[in-house]
Amino acid sequence: MAHHEIVIAGFGGQGLLFIGKILAYAGLVEKRQLSWLPSYGPEMRGGTANCNVILSDDPVGSPIVQHPNVLIVMNTPSLDKYESAVVPGGKIFVDSTLISRKVERSDVDVYYIPATQMAKDLELGNLANMILLGSVIRETKCIREETVEEALKHVIPARKANLMDVNLKAIQAGKDYRP
Amino acid sequence: MSETVLMKGNEALAEAAILAGCRHYFGYPITPQTEVAAYMAKKMPKIGGTFLQAESEIAAINMVYGVASTGHPAMTSSSSPGISLKTEGISYLAGADLPALIINVQRGGPGLGGIQPSQSDYYLVTRGPGHGDFHVLVFAPSSVQEMADLTGRALHLAWKYRMPAMLLADGTMGQMMEPVRLPEPCNAFGDDNPWAAVGTGMKRPHNIITSLDLSAETLEKKNIERFERYKTIEENEPLWEEYMMDDAEICIVSCGITARVSRNAIVEARKQGIKVGMLRPITLWPFPKKALAAAADKVNAFLCVEMNMGQMKDDVELAIRCRKPVALCNRVGGMIPTPDEVLEHIKKIAEGGIEA
Amino acid sequence: MIVFEKPHALTDTPLHYCPGCTHGIVHRLVAEAIDELGIEGRTVGIAPVGCSVLAYNYFNCDMIEAAHGRAPAVATGVKRALPDNIVFAYQGDGDLASIGMCETVSTAARGENLTIIFINNAIYGMTGGQMAPTSLLGQVTQTSPYGRDPKTQGYPIRVCELLATLDAPAYLERVTVNNVKNVRNAKRAIKKAFQNQIDGKGFSFIEVLSACPTNWGMTPQKALQWIDEAMIPQYPLGVFRDKEA
Repeated sequence: MAHHEIVIAGFGGQGLLFIGKILAYAGLVEKRQLSWLPSYGPEMRGGTANCNVILSDDPVGSPIVQHPNVLIVMNTPSLDKYESAVVPGGKIFVDSTLISRKVERSDVDVYYIPATQMAKDLELGNLANMILLGSVIRETKCIREETVEEALKHVIPARKANLMDVNLKAIQAGKDYRP
Repeated sequence: MSETVLMKGNEALAEAAILAGCRHYFGYPITPQTEVAAYMAKKMPKIGGTFLQAESEIAAINMVYGVASTGHPAMTSSSSPGISLKTEGISYLAGADLPALIINVQRGGPGLGGIQPSQSDYYLVTRGPGHGDFHVLVFAPSSVQEMADLTGRALHLAWKYRMPAMLLADGTMGQMMEPVRLPEPCNAFGDDNPWAAVGTGMKRPHNIITSLDLSAETLEKKNIERFERYKTIEENEPLWEEYMMDDAEICIVSCGITARVSRNAIVEARKQGIKVGMLRPITLWPFPKKALAAAADKVNAFLCVEMNMGQMKDDVELAIRCRKPVALCNRVGGMIPTPDEVLEHIKKIAEGGIEA
Repeated sequence: MIVFEKPHALTDTPLHYCPGCTHGIVHRLVAEAIDELGIEGRTVGIAPVGCSVLAYNYFNCDMIEAAHGRAPAVATGVKRALPDNIVFAYQGDGDLASIGMCETVSTAARGENLTIIFINNAIYGMTGGQMAPTSLLGQVTQTSPYGRDPKTQGYPIRVCELLATLDAPAYLERVTVNNVKNVRNAKRAIKKAFQNQIDGKGFSFIEVLSACPTNWGMTPQKALQWIDEAMIPQYPLGVFRDKEA
């Protein structure tokens, strides 16, 4: 029985909600139960922001993720805040370009991905978020690889369809990355 | 049935109102419900409807009053501080027996309070939000699907009973996305409203829309007649959902987002062998008193889970005539109780440690 | 034989206004305009809170009673729902220029295609003679018993002049009804304010300097004189906006 409770956290503007939306739309395509809940308010404008996504085979109770089994972090304050909340055996994805410290817990799987540096090197603009997503999909199987493209179509407006390829490329780079 | 789509609660309710036939929206920006206005601003001009950003919440509700006077469905949306301002207009709508839809995506108070989710307008809206003796229909959605479905129902019943109806959501319900099936388009309103102020056409005596009656005798009579109508509503329109209540010894009473949180706690408590269930009021006025009274015959204790200082707890105690103890698990100011907190309360009650 | 008839747009209900009050004259002028333009069947009027709260009993068209100061917002709602109907609000100075100033200015600024008749008698009548936003300096009222003092009670508001700073209004005029000539002029202005709406010209606003003998503590005759002597110097008659002209 698949059940993923995902927290994506970092600064506003890093595309955290976007990751969440792709996961949510992939869940919709796969006809799963799901919820997507953003933090809202002034923090959207440059402060810390987060997004809770639940993907499940059962009806979703609370949409608020208290104990994630998948944590994606893109700044140090977010790692500080959520590290202890992750369930034992959960997975933490760290943008190691932006977060220099290591995860202290030993009962979780940690994936360090220099996503921001990779995006720069591969000329993928600000798509560090998509690189992280690629890694998340590979390691957690929270959504099927083949539904990602359809999910992207929901999230990327038709007038920006040219962004499709670069997003897919970034996701692929994340999938291919090995430390 | 339409296909399943992903929508924010605020957008789902806006679209549902349009699908139900509402073509007039008046609002004033306030977090966390601004998506409703933004959605209407985009959509209404394309379908020949009205979107008007009013100069204040007070003006917005009075524009609704104007449209309602003509027999057309109208709505406004706001959040708690804005609802305080609208209470004048809501009282006049009730006094003039006009239908209207008011959306309240609650935030923490009192005063300017905060912008995080809250349920602290419970007293305000269930007692009749404004001066005078009256009620408004109050619906408390607990999912994006219900944000859509109950919006349609609220409009329909406001029309049926010629009274204001309120969708009482909170910031979480407004901001979250979930899969939703939107209802089929319908027109629940009818075009023949003999009471409406649309011009006499020189064919009938003039219609007057007013809440004023300077004769105490007839004003009393109107109030009593209105409450006869309310009695019918209390008889026929309460909505609630029961969850794992068959063998429950403890009954959680909670609505909106806290009912969702409570579900998690119930699942966990059941794993630990505690027989706990939930009665979730969907209408807060009319309050599902009979269902609660029936539950009181079966369970040993109640636990209200709320995001206020225990406002609904009063109604639960009244509904069950204080026959069983009622405990409270609450957070306020924009904080949301966690499933763990609810579970702790459940365990304490199961161990006999209730403090009612 | 010439018979002086009651306009059709007025009901047979006896008016409740005090002797010498000019509300009755203005009601009649509005009703005459409605009759002459043939719009009674498609007109919806909005009554205020104040002395003319019961105006809905006096006009034969469909009528709506609004909350205090909110008539322009209610009128906006009606006009948006019924763009082909004729919509007017009838308001006093407390209603329009004090508690409802925000609605007044905003409705004018939007240029809503509707008609507002503003009765300025420089006092709150229905509640028994308190200071209004338009009370004159030195004017004695129940709440300015020593005369309106600008140091603590501010200055009277000239609404036509204030609205004339906005781009949207089509027509703003101040008139009075204290003698036959002025009544005739007021009739012309009121009719034009309705005609503008029929023609889709936009927001039309007529301020009528009116008498309140009861609360001014004057005979009806003296009250009409007081309009000339005290009010007009503060509130000059005339057209403040006419987009046609």
